[in-house]
Amino acid sequence: MEKTGIRLTTPLTLEQITPLRAGDKVLINGIIYVARDAAHKRMVEALERGEPLPFDPAGQVVYYMGPSPAKPGRPIGSAGPTTSYRMDAYAPRLMAAGIKGMIGKGERAPEVIEAMKRYQCVYFAATGGAGALISRSIVAARVIAYEDLGPEAIQELTVVDFPAIVINDIYGGDAYVAEREKYRKLLQKV
Amino acid sequence: MKEISFQDIVQTVKRLCMEANYFLGEDVVQALQKAREQEISPLGREILDQILENAAIARQEEVPICQDTGLTVVFAEVGQDVHIVGGAFEDAVNEGVRQGYTEGYLRKSMVYPPFGARKNTRDNTPAVIHVRLVPGDQLKLIVLPKGGGSENMSFLSMMPPAAGRQGIVDFVVASVEKAGANPCPPIIVGVGIGGSADKAMALAKHALLRPVGEHHPEPEVADLERELLERINRTGIGPQGLGGRTTALAVHVETHPCHLASMPVAVNIQCHAARHKEAIL
Repeated sequence: MEKTGIRLTTPLTLEQITPLRAGDKVLINGIIYVARDAAHKRMVEALERGEPLPFDPAGQVVYYMGPSPAKPGRPIGSAGPTTSYRMDAYAPRLMAAGIKGMIGKGERAPEVIEAMKRYQCVYFAATGGAGALISRSIVAARVIAYEDLGPEAIQELTVVDFPAIVINDIYGGDAYVAEREKYRKLLQKV
Repeated sequence: MKEISFQDIVQTVKRLCMEANYFLGEDVVQALQKAREQEISPLGREILDQILENAAIARQEEVPICQDTGLTVVFAEVGQDVHIVGGAFEDAVNEGVRQGYTEGYLRKSMVYPPFGARKNTRDNTPAVIHVRLVPGDQLKLIVLPKGGGSENMSFLSMMPPAAGRQGIVDFVVASVEKAGANPCPPIIVGVGIGGSADKAMALAKHALLRPVGEHHPEPEVADLERELLERINRTGIGPQGLGGRTTALAVHVETHPCHLASMPVAVNIQCHAARHKEAIL
């Protein structure tokens, strides 16, 4: 299948973020950082203690994901998104530290959407349950922190045309709400 | 009396863990293809194409369909004339899970204790095991790797009997609406009605094992399944929650008699990576 979308290269700049609107398809390129439940807890605890994060967060994109182990000769195993709301408690703190993009799946809390407007951060969704397909967009992976967390360790991924959809833009737009409402109206009429 | 060895159980569970995670059932693939034809949203069609392509890659390359290779749920139907030799049954199941998840490059997702330190057990054990003692001298093993994202979208309501059929429909549809994009739609909705609180949830989970789209043998229950599917697929949630017709591929309802004061209703949602494999020893 041919991949289409607006090409983005990390770290994200305001010039890249401001034109994005909820519902836009994007292809992400460059380095992204993998972190999920336990890693978020640790990162926020580090920030509270005044310690630096394991990577420079300025303009970076965090991918909510925990891969399956890589088969020999592969950079990574299956690597699709996990459900994002579990990171809602931590996300605003990371945005305040400079994160400009988050990739996951599922709706975010209102306060996280507000924080995205305030800090100019975009939330993208990748297709959940398509981890074997998505792994083809990942050309390199290495654990950079919290190795003891196993599948929840922080990894640095190099991605090429990683496909995602803008769910929440920096203007409060929400693709889940808009699309669901559009099709609900259509389907109730039939 | 038939003897079944510890090692036979280990090897079978190991194989089923790997096969369930690599090979999506033909019933699910066909349901996805049918949904693709009927989907009205262009983005929804594109997502269904990705899901089908993903299943084909997983099958061909023998890699997990989804990186969340689940909490391992094992259903065992143990014939009462079976004698298991060489070790404890639950140890054999867990050894099979350990070997399957380690050698099969599957993700280890179990942590203990469930609150506090939450340390990874490193081999995906222990499994959640449901044992039923049945007549005969066979041992049937079913392995259902269940992802955390869809399992988190489980709901129970101890309804007053006066809520009736309409109450059940409204609760199940509201549960799916609440779950939204989280459980990776298109989903399969397992519903358990009756029994006790625990029995209803066990029925809802067991309902996920039925071939996708096959209806309950009782016409009244089958009608309820049809109405629920119809209502759910008018919510507009669609593939991945991004709008469309295909919110659910199927609704499977299982029932059990219940106390005259009760009408327990449980919802257990399965993502589109509806994985389970079985074997008979």
